[in-house]
Amino acid sequence: MPKVLMRGNHTVAEAAVRAGCRYYFGYPITPQNETPEYMADRLSKLEGGSFIQAESEIAAINMVIGASMAGGRVMTSSSSPGISLKQEGMSFLSALELPAVIVNMSRGGPGLGNIAPAQSDYFQATRGGGHGDYRTIVLAPASGQELADLTFEAFDLADKYRTPVVILGDGMLGQMMEPVAFRPDVQLRKLPHKDWTLTGARGRPSRIIKSLLLDPVEEEEHNWKLMRKYEKIAKEETRWETFESDDARMLVVAFGTAARIAKGAIKRVREQGLKVGLIRPISLWPFPTRVIRDFSKKVKHFFVFEMNMGQMVDDVKLALEGNAEVHFYGRPGGIILTPLELSRVIGSQYNQKRLG
Amino acid sequence: MMKKVFSRPKSLKPTAFHYCPGCGHSIIHRLIGEIIDEMELQEKIIGVPPAGCAVLAYDYFDIDMGEAAHGRAAAVATGLKRVLPDRVVFTYQGDGDIAAIGTAETIHATSRGENVTTIFVNNGVYGMTGGQMAPTTILGQSTTTSPGGRKEKRDGHPVKLSEMLAISDGSAYIERTAVNSPAHILKTKKAIAKAFRYQVEKKGFSLVEILSACPTNWKMSPVDSCKWIDDVMSLHFPLGVIKDIGDKKDAH
Repeated sequence: MPKVLMRGNHTVAEAAVRAGCRYYFGYPITPQNETPEYMADRLSKLEGGSFIQAESEIAAINMVIGASMAGGRVMTSSSSPGISLKQEGMSFLSALELPAVIVNMSRGGPGLGNIAPAQSDYFQATRGGGHGDYRTIVLAPASGQELADLTFEAFDLADKYRTPVVILGDGMLGQMMEPVAFRPDVQLRKLPHKDWTLTGARGRPSRIIKSLLLDPVEEEEHNWKLMRKYEKIAKEETRWETFESDDARMLVVAFGTAARIAKGAIKRVREQGLKVGLIRPISLWPFPTRVIRDFSKKVKHFFVFEMNMGQMVDDVKLALEGNAEVHFYGRPGGIILTPLELSRVIGSQYNQKRLG
Repeated sequence: MMKKVFSRPKSLKPTAFHYCPGCGHSIIHRLIGEIIDEMELQEKIIGVPPAGCAVLAYDYFDIDMGEAAHGRAAAVATGLKRVLPDRVVFTYQGDGDIAAIGTAETIHATSRGENVTTIFVNNGVYGMTGGQMAPTTILGQSTTTSPGGRKEKRDGHPVKLSEMLAISDGSAYIERTAVNSPAHILKTKKAIAKAFRYQVEKKGFSLVEILSACPTNWKMSPVDSCKWIDDVMSLHFPLGVIKDIGDKKDAH
């Protein structure tokens, strides 16, 4: 497959279409406007394709619900404040067991914040910002190529588990241009048949898709059912990458853009002889808890770097169960640290702990 | 040999309605069921019930139905229709659902001329939550959250949603009817049938607003409730066709 140079926001849109997405509903917000713009043009040229610039993020996510009920591969995208508005719909998607892909090219917050890259939506994405007992699969790409690959996977995971999947990027991934090679197009007709969609009760009994379960016994059973599904996802769909971790005395844990910066920093400290490695969670939920716990048998110092005030660090601590020391370094607000700057912080922590 | 003159429409399940005595929902459900049968739509129609008293509509209709969050039915219907343009899609919504929390979704679905139908049941109160003031509660009407009657300076004016939607170039047909007398029920049936027909003919957004009694929350007998619709409510919400593009091909 030849490589093309593409901006992240275009990459995710093109990958979605190639993965079979024919329906997109969204509302403008920076720094992800290129995604709806690309979809408006691309889907208008595809048979059966439909794009709507919705009146709000709330309307957009509810259009996603309708299209998903009808069996379509459907996506919406936004950035932090817009994702807050979509949370109601994401709770419903989870409860109704509907597949959908939701892209968050996140920005600095809280409130309007700014339009610079930040990772302050980790809690919102992994804890389910909406109401009720649910989990969403969260995929965190660190490059344009991974953004393309994970978009394909997001649609398959959503269909396989009948659950919404979040792609959590940031303004940098969305805006940066990188070479990308796309996987072969998904053939819609070859996808597994969905036997639960609303298409009109022709030649079969009528169907209901609902989340109202007034009887507590029924609601509890539904919660158990969802829980069993989430346990299966946690077992089978956890994704991570390790880098220079074999002989590491200190492990950096970082995701997305922060992990990319961390790789550069680790290369620099390695040149100075510091034995530092990286664990990069690719799925933020399910979180690679087991991997981190296993590393703690031999590594006793963990360095968590995030572009926020400390969110994923909670999951790292939960994984470690007190078996190793955790140091946190965070830069919120849209500040993008250089690998050199981060290498100094890592180096100083490494030397303070006399690991050399 | 006895001749059968009355039976349940086959697009309604043999389930007893849970609605209060004198409530209009049961009548409206039946009318929709009869029309689905008569227009032979049972195998190609999808309904979107609201949050509110009629949320359980999917227990009564024997057709495909998909739940919407409170107020979001027009957006959910839009998504369904964009994937399945040859099916008939309708929403069934109360006044709070459509004219308060779902106003934005409704106005924009209308403006886009989404080729869907909305059945808007206006009883002037939030029924399911216990009779609070609705966007359509008329001035002077007492509810649990407009004690002493709705006052414009304190509570604002009622929303005339159908008139607002009629202004939009995307709406094809909007009529306000009532189900408080046999004559009005027959008119309502005709209006619903026309709304569905317009959708089949791809004319654009169609809506029937139905004034419907809520004796429980109005704290009136069913008979007085029906009289109140004629004597008071319909003065504020006049019955009749509000918009009809007629033979024009579509609303745009």
